[in-house]
Amino acid sequence: MHHLWLIPALPLAGFLVNGLFGRRLPKAIINAVAVGSVLLSFLWVLQVLNGLMPLETLYVERYATWIASGSLDIPYELAIDRLSAVMLLVVTGVGLLIHIYATGYMSHEDGYYRFFAYLNLFMFFMLTLVLANNYLLLFVGWEGVGLCSYLLIGFYYLKNSATTAGNKAFIVNRIGDFGFALAIFLIFIQFGTLDFPAVFSAAQPLPAESTAGILTAICLLLMVGAAGKSAQVPLYVWLPDAMEGPTPVSALIHAATMVTAGVYMVARSSALYLKAPLAMDVVALIGLLTAVLAATIGMTQFDIKKVFAYSTVSQLGYMFLALGVGAFSAGIFHVVTHAFFKALLFLGAGSVIHALEGEQDLRHMGGLRKKIPITFLTLACAWVAIAGVPPFSGFHSKDEILLAAHHHAPWMYWIGVVTAGITAFYVSRAMFLCFFGSYRGHHHPHESPVSMWGPLAVLALLSLGGGYTHIPQFLAPVFPLAEGAHDFTLVAISVAAGLTGIGLAWFLYIAKPGLADSIASSLGGLYKLVYNKYFVDELYFATIINPAIAGSRTVLWKFLDAGLIDGTVNGAGHMAQWVGAKCRRLQSGNIRTYATWVVLGAVLLIFTIGGVR
Amino acid sequence: MNGVPLSWYLILSAILFALGAAGFMIRKNMITVFMCIELMLNAVNLSFVAFSRHFKTIDGQIFTFFVMVVAAAEAAVGLAIILTVFRNRSTLQVDDIDSLRL
Repeated sequence: MHHLWLIPALPLAGFLVNGLFGRRLPKAIINAVAVGSVLLSFLWVLQVLNGLMPLETLYVERYATWIASGSLDIPYELAIDRLSAVMLLVVTGVGLLIHIYATGYMSHEDGYYRFFAYLNLFMFFMLTLVLANNYLLLFVGWEGVGLCSYLLIGFYYLKNSATTAGNKAFIVNRIGDFGFALAIFLIFIQFGTLDFPAVFSAAQPLPAESTAGILTAICLLLMVGAAGKSAQVPLYVWLPDAMEGPTPVSALIHAATMVTAGVYMVARSSALYLKAPLAMDVVALIGLLTAVLAATIGMTQFDIKKVFAYSTVSQLGYMFLALGVGAFSAGIFHVVTHAFFKALLFLGAGSVIHALEGEQDLRHMGGLRKKIPITFLTLACAWVAIAGVPPFSGFHSKDEILLAAHHHAPWMYWIGVVTAGITAFYVSRAMFLCFFGSYRGHHHPHESPVSMWGPLAVLALLSLGGGYTHIPQFLAPVFPLAEGAHDFTLVAISVAAGLTGIGLAWFLYIAKPGLADSIASSLGGLYKLVYNKYFVDELYFATIINPAIAGSRTVLWKFLDAGLIDGTVNGAGHMAQWVGAKCRRLQSGNIRTYATWVVLGAVLLIFTIGGVR
Repeated sequence: MNGVPLSWYLILSAILFALGAAGFMIRKNMITVFMCIELMLNAVNLSFVAFSRHFKTIDGQIFTFFVMVVAAAEAAVGLAIILTVFRNRSTLQVDDIDSLRL
């Protein structure tokens, strides 16, 4: 026994301590509990991996039976293989850094203990999700992280926009979870079990479905769930709004870990997807569409966190592209490198926002390079990483994906390359607007404390060197390595696209400032379309939300509730009153009338009894 | 036991009871109404006694005694009520005493 249960249990303990007693504890103890529990969890992951290496097969620990009903048997079972090992290291490692960062970032906020309690609870659910050995336990973690996401987006609960964003995230995720739940039912119907090893070994001998069949249905429904959680078209709309939460939350939940749960789940179900090529194509197309759509929106946004949020959506699209073309290990590789550089981007953005006392608008920044040099240097590391500049981390994982895409369908590669260029452009744009030129704001920027830039520095090193972790080789026992030589030309083209993006941004925002605005105004309608996020929110409001509200108001509320249900209840009362009003006339107070009734009653009684005889 | 047949007693009892009931409903003077009640009670007593003799059992006689006791108690209470009503309202018209209604 390696006591895998300790990994999620430690943050749960932290949640219980801070959640129950945090109100009365001093900040030092809250910090120690919150950070300490995640640190211990991280160390325990290392300890377990140390004991289990080389971990070429699945290692399972069964604790108890959870649900036993007929042929349904679902145990409390945690399992670890190389795939979950990678995810565990990312979740606990990046999670630990973000916890440390948050002790500095949140130090002036109210509800300090509440924040860390939620954060620890999130870690518990996320680790449960990663360690689960059946679909149902994974679903528990899946729903749990969704709950924590909701709680943390709405952390500033006095702000109307924050609570609305929390609701939006929760409701949009319900749609995805509905699909996921249906997929779980279908899996149970088809395979009679929900255990990962049993399901996958049962799927192994099945032939690949050339037309849509049950496996395709399962995979598409799983993808609906993944699209909700990982913010893919058409369910991505909640993620940009989720930036209402505190920045460490954006970094941990909405960039590094939770939103990659969908990628993890699809990769985990790879045995099913490989039997459903149709579903794979859908995954790849959704990923590609999301990547392009979000990247173009990212070019036009002025809120620094919104830029990075659309970047996250776009990068998640890349990961799904990788999964869809069958390069599962490349997808997970990008999950890892993305966790490093996107967490760094968000934490760096948080550091900038912290320095400017809450300013998030890129138009009110500028020239911060000299004012907050450490933040600038660390963010620059994330910049080169995400832009795909060799030899930094983003370059490695992105090229794995693009090469796999080229192997699958060259046109996907070309769209991916264009997206890579756009990606480099919008990140460079944000960097130039924020750190170069002259300062356009009116605050007095100050560098962040060591508790904040310490994690930034660690993440910067990981962003730079993360490409040399050899994740695909490490994952070879789970996902067989794709053959195919590294085509140098293809690599050079994608690198050139990235550098072009950076150069273009430099030209537009440094060399010729003002040119960007004139281009934007000359494009007119097209720019407006992209700036307003393709009016997708408005489209959803017009086609789904408003009809739903109108239908609820007229049919459900006015007709069903107020009309039918209230009518029945009130009608019963009115009927009783009416009968009572009629019957009280009997109570005349005249004694001879009463006597008459008595006599009539007696006569009636006699006749009735006589009749019975 | 060849004297008066049972049916005659019962017919008489029924006539007396019907007179009492009719008087109760028709008459307006409270004392008359009260007397009608006594008449009904005694009509019932008559039928009890007749049955008792016909069936050779003592039950009917005992019931009659109970009814008489109740009638005596009722007379005491009822007359007291009538006296009080007359003192307060200066009338014995049953129809005027109808304040116990909604």
